[in-house]
Amino acid sequence: MSESMKIPTMAEMTASGEQPEVLFWVGCMGSFDDRAKKITKAFAKLLIKSNVKFAVLGAEESCTGDPAKRAGNEFLYQMQAFANVQVLNGYEVKRIVTSCPHCFNILKNEYPELGGNYEVIHHTQFLQRLLNEGRLEVKGGSFKGKRITFHDPCYLGRANGEYEAPREVLAKLDAELTEMKRCKDRGLCCGAGGAQMFKEAEKGDKEVNVERTEDVLEVKPDIVAAGCPFCNTMMTDGVKHFNKESEIEVKDIAELIAEAADL
Amino acid sequence: MISNIVFIILLGITSFLFIRRIREIRSNINLGRDLDLSDNKSRRWKTMARVALGQSKMTVRPFAGIMHIFIYAGFVLINLEMLEIFIDGAFGTHRVFYPLLGSSLYHTLIGFFEILAFLVLFACVAFLIRRNIGRIQRFSGKEMTSWPKSDANIILIVESILMIVLLTMNAADSVLFSLEDAAVIAAGHNQYTNIAFTDFFWISGIIANMLPSNVETLYMIERACWWIHIVGVFGFLIYIPYSKHLHIFLAFPNTYYSRLEPIGEVGNLEAVKKEVELMMDPNQDPFAASAPDADAVPQRFGAKDVNDLSWKQLMDSYSCTECGRCTSECPANQTGKLLSPRKIMMDTRDRLEEHGKNLKSGDEDAKSLLGDYISPEELWACTTCNACVQACPVNINPLSIIVDLRRFLVMEESAAPNELNTMFTNVENNGAPWQFAQADRGNWTEEMDKTGSG
Ligand code: SF4
Ligand code: SF4
Repeated sequence: MSESMKIPTMAEMTASGEQPEVLFWVGCMGSFDDRAKKITKAFAKLLIKSNVKFAVLGAEESCTGDPAKRAGNEFLYQMQAFANVQVLNGYEVKRIVTSCPHCFNILKNEYPELGGNYEVIHHTQFLQRLLNEGRLEVKGGSFKGKRITFHDPCYLGRANGEYEAPREVLAKLDAELTEMKRCKDRGLCCGAGGAQMFKEAEKGDKEVNVERTEDVLEVKPDIVAAGCPFCNTMMTDGVKHFNKESEIEVKDIAELIAEAADL
Repeated sequence: MISNIVFIILLGITSFLFIRRIREIRSNINLGRDLDLSDNKSRRWKTMARVALGQSKMTVRPFAGIMHIFIYAGFVLINLEMLEIFIDGAFGTHRVFYPLLGSSLYHTLIGFFEILAFLVLFACVAFLIRRNIGRIQRFSGKEMTSWPKSDANIILIVESILMIVLLTMNAADSVLFSLEDAAVIAAGHNQYTNIAFTDFFWISGIIANMLPSNVETLYMIERACWWIHIVGVFGFLIYIPYSKHLHIFLAFPNTYYSRLEPIGEVGNLEAVKKEVELMMDPNQDPFAASAPDADAVPQRFGAKDVNDLSWKQLMDSYSCTECGRCTSECPANQTGKLLSPRKIMMDTRDRLEEHGKNLKSGDEDAKSLLGDYISPEELWACTTCNACVQACPVNINPLSIIVDLRRFLVMEESAAPNELNTMFTNVENNGAPWQFAQADRGNWTEEMDKTGSG
């Protein structure tokens, strides 16, 4: 891959008088966490491969305020939202794609009332469209015979009713898809939401991600597919807890598709 | 004649107590903050039809769902027969609808009600066994103290008795109808001679075959069952509004007023919105703005007590069936944390009852929902996963109360756990929940440039 990998910022694009087809909202986890950055890059490569004209905000992006809001700090959240809406509206952004379901949910559902009206798309939905429109093609060969189970992110599934897009995208891999006993609208949380990611769990007799990993182990998959960088971390830790990391991989859907597309 | 008067007096007392209690509940719900839910009427009716009338969320658990539908259908449809019983009771008639409907239609209708009654009885017994002998985790838990447990049993037992006496009454009645008129008239019970069927009723026929043919005994059985049934029904009506069984009424308005937004949407706190706008607007004079309503008591951010919650959240608490479906899906609860969304709802209702009583008697207490009922430890265990909201068969939203209580802890008391305070500081200073510089947000793009593959 060559210079074509250069990903423009909104500022650069606007300076050259252009508008992107979609803004890639990366999110804090996707920008800073080493594991999550791999997801970000995999998705960016897929966008490039599909000839999607996209941009990022780069240093102008800031936390959506989601962890603050769920923790009860409405003030801080609204300050963040206010600033983000100003930036987004300043660039006249129309469509946003994001690989974080928390960003997705808050941009889609809470920002409109604060003046931020955009078409907000989760990256699994975006991949579904690219695949359906034939802009992106993958061959499933390398996944044949593998068992994959999808862990529904709460903020994509229950919160926004999207259960099909990630499954449809995974179906392109020609792998064996298997469902955990708790899935879709009854899927168990990974334990990270509601700002739990940033604190020790309250007293109890188990970690939530361990409970969830037990569901995973029951269906004996080769791969756990995730659609959220937070779930990804929690499930990776859960698999490690049971010393299964040599048998079970935890991968984001974007990474799996990128792999199938030889990226 | 005396029996009509007794009936009417009992009916009067029941209505008085029932209406008094319903008004009390209504005024308690009205202690909540305003919230306008008068929009989207047609979507609201549809939600109610689907969730309350159609029991759509009950059948997620098939056994309980189907048994519950038996009881529910029995309850609603057998009430048509109640209409006849009420008229008979008030006017001293006997099976007043018989001449209107004709023998065969009447027989079919009663037969149909009997099948329902039998299914209700079957489901009640099944539920009693399941609750008391079966080991179903969601029926225990620390909020399921002795009262909630006996509440469930009382209703199931009373309901079973009502069905048994209803069937026995029909059985005795139908034997009386089948006897020679002369014998019945000789015993002075003419009211049983104007009615005749070719057969006993479908279900009570089994009991009828076991009954003696002595007119006086049959009469005693029929009357006793009639009175036990009606007194049971009156008792039920008085009892229900003090019990979790209030859901049989409130399920309807409560689902009508369901949140229609995607469940991931919490909503932006209005009071905060105004303040943030003021702070961010460079043209605003911060001192001028608050002048017009300087006397108004500023609204609390978040909720400390029940009157900081919206009326819908309070209605939720009265609608709770204590079924525990929320708690059994809750990741925090399943992993041994203190949090139980069912307890959140029961605490809200109990505190509201207490608060309402205090207001009436004029002596305030120093208690509040947060602290005296619900502890911060419970609140901080929530992952905001919405599993409880999804699971609730009457569309209750325990999470919205959790978030409102958190808001109070954080914004009014600055009482967030330390790690969360650190996270807040990071978001404020760096635009991310960790201590990374905002300027480095785009660094990953350069990493991609360098390695070509990331
Ligand atoms: S939202 Fe909170 S209370 Fe409800 S199920 Fe999830 S963790 Fe439990
Ligand atoms: S809140 Fe809903 S699910 Fe939970 S116990 Fe009450 S009725 Fe059942």
